[in-house]
Amino acid sequence: MNSKKLELAVGAFMVAGAITLILLAFKVSGLSYQAENSTYNITARFENIAGLGERAKVSMSGVTIGRVTNIRLDTKDYVAVVTMAIDKSVPLSTDTSASILTAGLLGEKYIGLTVGAEEETLKDGDKIEDTQSAIVLEELIGKFLFSKSAAQ
Amino acid sequence: MTDFIQITDLVFSRGERRIYDGASLRIPRGKVTAILGPSGTGKTTLLRLIGGQLKPDSGSIVVDGLNVPALKHAELFALRKRMSLLFQTGALFTDISVFDNVAFPLREHTQLPESMVRDLVLLKLEAVGLRGAAQLMPAQLSGGMARRAALARSIALDPDLIMYDEPFTGQDPISMGIIVKLIRDLNDALGMTSILVSHDVAEATSIADHVCIVSGGKIVAQGTPAELMASDDPRVHQFMHGEPDGPVAFHYPAAPLFGELLDV
Amino acid sequence: MFEQIQSLGRTGLASAASIGRAGVFLIRGINPGRNSKAVAARIVRQMYNLGVLSLVIILVAGLFVGMVLGLQGYNILVSFGSEEALGQMVALSLLREFGPVVTALLFAGRAGSALTAEIGLMKATEQLSAMEMMGVDPMQRIIAPRLWAGFLVMPVLAAMFSLVGIWGGALVAIDMLGVYDGSYWGNMQASVVFYDDVVKGLIKSVIFGLAVTWVAVFQGHDCTPTSEGIGRATTNTVVLSSLLVLGLDFILTAVMLGGF
Repeated sequence: MNSKKLELAVGAFMVAGAITLILLAFKVSGLSYQAENSTYNITARFENIAGLGERAKVSMSGVTIGRVTNIRLDTKDYVAVVTMAIDKSVPLSTDTSASILTAGLLGEKYIGLTVGAEEETLKDGDKIEDTQSAIVLEELIGKFLFSKSAAQ
Repeated sequence: MTDFIQITDLVFSRGERRIYDGASLRIPRGKVTAILGPSGTGKTTLLRLIGGQLKPDSGSIVVDGLNVPALKHAELFALRKRMSLLFQTGALFTDISVFDNVAFPLREHTQLPESMVRDLVLLKLEAVGLRGAAQLMPAQLSGGMARRAALARSIALDPDLIMYDEPFTGQDPISMGIIVKLIRDLNDALGMTSILVSHDVAEATSIADHVCIVSGGKIVAQGTPAELMASDDPRVHQFMHGEPDGPVAFHYPAAPLFGELLDV
Repeated sequence: MFEQIQSLGRTGLASAASIGRAGVFLIRGINPGRNSKAVAARIVRQMYNLGVLSLVIILVAGLFVGMVLGLQGYNILVSFGSEEALGQMVALSLLREFGPVVTALLFAGRAGSALTAEIGLMKATEQLSAMEMMGVDPMQRIIAPRLWAGFLVMPVLAAMFSLVGIWGGALVAIDMLGVYDGSYWGNMQASVVFYDDVVKGLIKSVIFGLAVTWVAVFQGHDCTPTSEGIGRATTNTVVLSSLLVLGLDFILTAVMLGGF
């Protein structure tokens, strides 16, 4: 094997490796070119986020428009403060409501936004006032059983 | 200074076994020195000690004014460019051709252009009679040819010192004759110092200027071949004349045979 | 009884010494020398031996592992009615675990054993010794290019293994089992995170590459230079590097899941 051929083979090997990495990035992990400054941040306070995680989807009418970037606990009011990065091309009215939903019965948690009627839109760093916490299955069953027994 | 190598009070042991126990010898510059001794007395070990591949327990090995065991890594590698060791097997690099084997030290240690490397390699191969085999792979060579190719590689850089490890073993009479002649000619033509390790008394004494006999971890005698042939030391006499038994026992040390046979 | 304790102690001391030698060996063998053009040429040659020549076995194995994951995963997931999650399952298990680990194990068997045998034979035929006597350090000349090549080649092989596996899983899921292709790829893209899954998997494989090559060249260099010594060293390479890969995998996974 002469060294020219050998170099060529190794070169092809490395190029194939690079292509593999690109395919893994875009085809498999769905990485997009979206840069940091093409989104704006809004926060929302929830009484209970029950299993919502960072990087969870934020969607509106079933379309993903952003993701959760940070979750922390407000130690004054003991509520969860969720920060989301929303795509700049999607303006949200100031009376948008946010609720924590579940994909399917046992699927992952995500935030669903419902648009309001106000003319004014939310800006970077604004807060969504109208929020609805996650539905916790155990609580729901508890309530159901309680109302059943109360009715009897 | 007429001695190229001076070894003083060399002590070296491998595991429990003491190979050298206070050996001292000198190798004269520009001469062919034969180191003779029975098999298993550590003659090859001596070459590795001179080359710095093994470190002695104590004693000094001064090669051209440098004490080998005390050298730093880089100094040792610089010294090794000036010496070469012809291994018993030849130790050619099996993955490259004979030509590339001989070119290896030149490409590694000089900045010569490729055309010059080629000329030098062909000259060296011509000297050992293998110019026609330049493009063969080492596996295609016979044992004798492989050793000559290795010899061409050893002299590629025109070293000051060349060490031959058992160059005569396993050679047919013709290639043995060729190698004897080559060793002598190279020594005289290139003015280098040669060390020859062998247990073949007749061949070694035929080309050596100086002979050292190793036995029992010491140098028992050194001098010209004629002096040693005439020596009345019984150990020297036994070895030089190839007598089967004498001060150097035929048997490896063991318990008495009778006892061992009964001991079932 | 006393003899057994003695031999245990001897074995312990011998292994400790061998680990020490391996450590020194790695430090000495990591420096490929200064002449950058020659160094690059040597590393490229070894990348050919270790990488290009391992490609076929890696790709075939990747394809089959992916296809098996597709079949097995489908059978489990279908009983929860969530076979759309198959793409996610196949991709995550390949990228995080099977890609790096199986590639490293195959690499140990294919390239590691060949490395040990090659270097062991060079030692037995005194080629290493001869090189040293010519004033060329075999650590730089022989060992370093192989270590670097192993280090560079492994993540490429692991990435290819995973990609082919994901494709094999898709083949089984979409064409054989009739999973909707949109949900196979869509679910995968939604759940695979580039840094956490792809990059961390590749970091693992870089470390495995170094570990396997290190064990292989050390075993070759440290072997008893006889045919039986080389045989034993080759076996040791496969056994030790496989165990090392699995052990390291546990440690690395624990560290990475811990949020590194």
